[in-house]
Amino acid sequence: MSAPLVKLTKKDFVSDQEVRWCPGCADFAILAGVQKLMPELGIAREKTVFISGIGCASRFPYYMNTYGFHGIHGRAPAIATGLKMANPDLTVWVVTGDGDGLSIGGNHLIHALRRNVDLKILLFDNRIYGLTKGQASPTSELGKKTKSSPFGTVDRPFNPLTLALGAGATFVARTTANDMPHMSSVLKRAAAHKGAAFVEIWQNCVVFNDGAFDEWSEKDVRDERLLKLEHGKPLMYGKSKDKGLRIGGGFTLEMGAADGAVVHDESRDNLSLALALAALEPPWPQVMGVLRAVDLPTVDQLAREQEREAEKATRGPATLEALLQSGDTWDVTAGAGDA
Amino acid sequence: MTVSAPRPHVDLQNAVVRFAGDSGDGMQLTGTEFTREAALYGNDLATFPDYPAEIRAPAGTTAGVSGYQIQFAAHEVYSAGDQPDTLVAMNPAALKVHLPDLKRGGLLILNEASFKQSDLDRAGWKTNPLTDGTLENYQVIKVDFEHLVGKAVEGAGVSAKDASRCKNFYALGLVFWIYSRDIEREEQAIRERFKKSPPLAEANVRAFKAGYNYGETIEALDAPYSIQPARLKPGKYRNVTGNSALALGLIAAAQKAGLRLFYGSYPITPASDILHELSKYRRFQLTTFQAEDEIAAISAAIGASFAGALGITGSSGPGIALKTEAMGLALMTELPLVIINVQRGGPSTGLPTKTEQSDLFQAVYGRNGECPIPVLAARSPADCFETAYEACRIAIDCRTPVIVLSDGSLANGSEPWLLPDVNSLPKIEPDFATDPAGFMPYKRDEKLARPWAIPGTPGLEHRIGGLEKDALTGNISYDAHNHEKMVRTRAEKVRRIADRLEPTEPFFDPEGEVLVIGWGGTYGSITQAVIEARQGGLKVGHVHLRHVFPLPNDLTDVAARYRTVLVPELNMGQLRLHMRGQLGLESVGLNKIQGKPFHVAEIRSAIESLARRKHLPAEQEIA
Repeated sequence: MSAPLVKLTKKDFVSDQEVRWCPGCADFAILAGVQKLMPELGIAREKTVFISGIGCASRFPYYMNTYGFHGIHGRAPAIATGLKMANPDLTVWVVTGDGDGLSIGGNHLIHALRRNVDLKILLFDNRIYGLTKGQASPTSELGKKTKSSPFGTVDRPFNPLTLALGAGATFVARTTANDMPHMSSVLKRAAAHKGAAFVEIWQNCVVFNDGAFDEWSEKDVRDERLLKLEHGKPLMYGKSKDKGLRIGGGFTLEMGAADGAVVHDESRDNLSLALALAALEPPWPQVMGVLRAVDLPTVDQLAREQEREAEKATRGPATLEALLQSGDTWDVTAGAGDA
Repeated sequence: MTVSAPRPHVDLQNAVVRFAGDSGDGMQLTGTEFTREAALYGNDLATFPDYPAEIRAPAGTTAGVSGYQIQFAAHEVYSAGDQPDTLVAMNPAALKVHLPDLKRGGLLILNEASFKQSDLDRAGWKTNPLTDGTLENYQVIKVDFEHLVGKAVEGAGVSAKDASRCKNFYALGLVFWIYSRDIEREEQAIRERFKKSPPLAEANVRAFKAGYNYGETIEALDAPYSIQPARLKPGKYRNVTGNSALALGLIAAAQKAGLRLFYGSYPITPASDILHELSKYRRFQLTTFQAEDEIAAISAAIGASFAGALGITGSSGPGIALKTEAMGLALMTELPLVIINVQRGGPSTGLPTKTEQSDLFQAVYGRNGECPIPVLAARSPADCFETAYEACRIAIDCRTPVIVLSDGSLANGSEPWLLPDVNSLPKIEPDFATDPAGFMPYKRDEKLARPWAIPGTPGLEHRIGGLEKDALTGNISYDAHNHEKMVRTRAEKVRRIADRLEPTEPFFDPEGEVLVIGWGGTYGSITQAVIEARQGGLKVGHVHLRHVFPLPNDLTDVAARYRTVLVPELNMGQLRLHMRGQLGLESVGLNKIQGKPFHVAEIRSAIESLARRKHLPAEQEIA
């Protein structure tokens, strides 16, 4: 059942549903970016599935003209795992947020990553609970005052990138919704990855946490405060790319001149450099782009391989009748026991 | 080989044997081996394994005692029996726990070597039961297992520790002699079991045979017993536990439907064996997924059903509690899903290895919102097959989650199973939607089921989810009347399942003094109790419900043909209250919450006591 060879456009991936995010929400940009990406992938609409949990971000599947499943709070990676293992031919996207993915659904997220399920996981990070109207989230900075923390939060936040790396994710990236070209390139890379692809997308919530990422991602500061990772290129930043990161003594990174900056290698097996980059805090630049991309077998592949092995090892057809009659059986004939 | 002169036998109609020892003594294996031989010999049988939650509780204490009971007979058997005729007690703790159950005059086999003062202290015996008169009402066979087993396995090439671990097979051999069982078939079975280690195989065979010969040598009995094969319905049989039968029922349903089976589960007693069993059968288009938690297990199964597989999850009460929200999602998205609850003693962690029927309310009423889910209950180990099969059929036919209730005693208990004819199993048609013309995600058929339109099908792209949906398009709808319509439609879809059930035909008397209504694992005890009560001249009927929800439409009419209704349950009266609420059907409960199955005598005496009364007693429970 292959799709007709008609070139699809962005419009083909726009559903007939009214988009109900707040005016000015960065989710609109991500939706547009994803809808624009879809026809470029050359994958039939019917083979594409978007799965989400609960939260503002999780309304996403309703707006995509593909198959979609709006699940329950935090469970999207688990639903997606079952879907992908049941039908590995599908391209499965998970859309989640910082509350959905890192708090109530944290367990499912880390296990989907460690299993390397072939999923594209987009975590919309706005560092706040939006749909429940403004409580602190697991990425809210320490001391943040919200409705649920009027005196400031007392719990330290997660760093989504170090969490994903620690969970063994085979693809880890970060981008920001206010930089469409960068976001498009990262999404395209995630789509092409075979395995669990984790993308943190900085996404501004205009109502409950406006300006959360301004100090890094506004146009006038981003060159100085963001380091865009490029595979095979030195770790450089600054308007004129005059600053660099190099490996210093005692297993640390050092800021310095561009000259001598360490070359980014996203395929490195060893996690230490990726973790060091992911964990950078101001005044260090924040990294953007693909931190890690390695090829490892996916759980859906491995499970199917076991099935093929089991089929090969079975002598004769695997019939239901043979299965029921396996083990010790005996026959009772009419009149038995009368003897 | 010379053939010895035929020994005189004492023919019995049935016997109940219990093997008991420390958790590490191999009593479950001993019981299983004896059971297999009884099955292959052609006896009807029922078993009841009873073991502690701790893998190795402190050795020699009553907390660590593990038991396995079997009733085997020359006639049909419905329960594992109330009181053992023969008790094998491998240490003083096992004796302490199980002696009160042994029939007066029963046969007691003891491991004499384990009655040192320290052993007695650990088991809590103040004086030595071997000498203080405790055992005077029983036929006692004292065996120095340590010494005799050591001698028997000399030269087999195993360590002293491994030699000592052969004593369960020595005990098995002795019981084989007592009940005149075939030792050659068992010898082969032992060699097969230990084929990876020929010395261990040899040692266990020697211990087994030495135990058998010991019975002969000491003339443990004047004459050994013999129990002829039962006159079972002709056909091919195998012995099966409830968890195995359940797993096979799921595979059968998926195979007949032509669907991939996806089983998502998280380890939990006593449901884990379903996962273990299914994991063996990769060749049947079968995915088993050991999830990170109970919620992931059901969520993944829902995802698999969305993909067009038969999604199934299994657990026990505490795990089912965690799955509750996702069960609502499956109901809302109207996807096929089967949820298995192998019940155990609750609430909370409760009694993990003990049996109870206390999750009926959880199954029928335990979710947020109006969330009707059909509930089926298996009544015996072999019946787990059919119940699982029917649950899958309903789930697929009606696009709905379905709950299957089993329990700890069914899960681990076993009985001979007359293998079904695969061709005669009812058809299951997934009937996937494929035609985009006029496709609406919530357009319903005559069963009120919506289309199953799976990803990969061109032109049927649509979105589902937990938010209320428009009754036709499936778009999100907050419309007040649409919500009421959807709630009532989902309820009616489930209610209509009752319209398609076969008429209720009580077992035994079609009218009379007492109707016993039961569900689940109490079937065997109730059946035997009704047989005995009728032998006493009472007119008694028995209805055993497979469909707990929705209940059969004709149940009230059937009950009206009897003067009173008795509902024995291993809970505080959940079916009784459920029937009162759903049907206005009044009944009297017989309720036991001890983590143990009913004794036949308990039910029989309740029937007799109720039959003597002119009116339904005012109290809700009968003592």
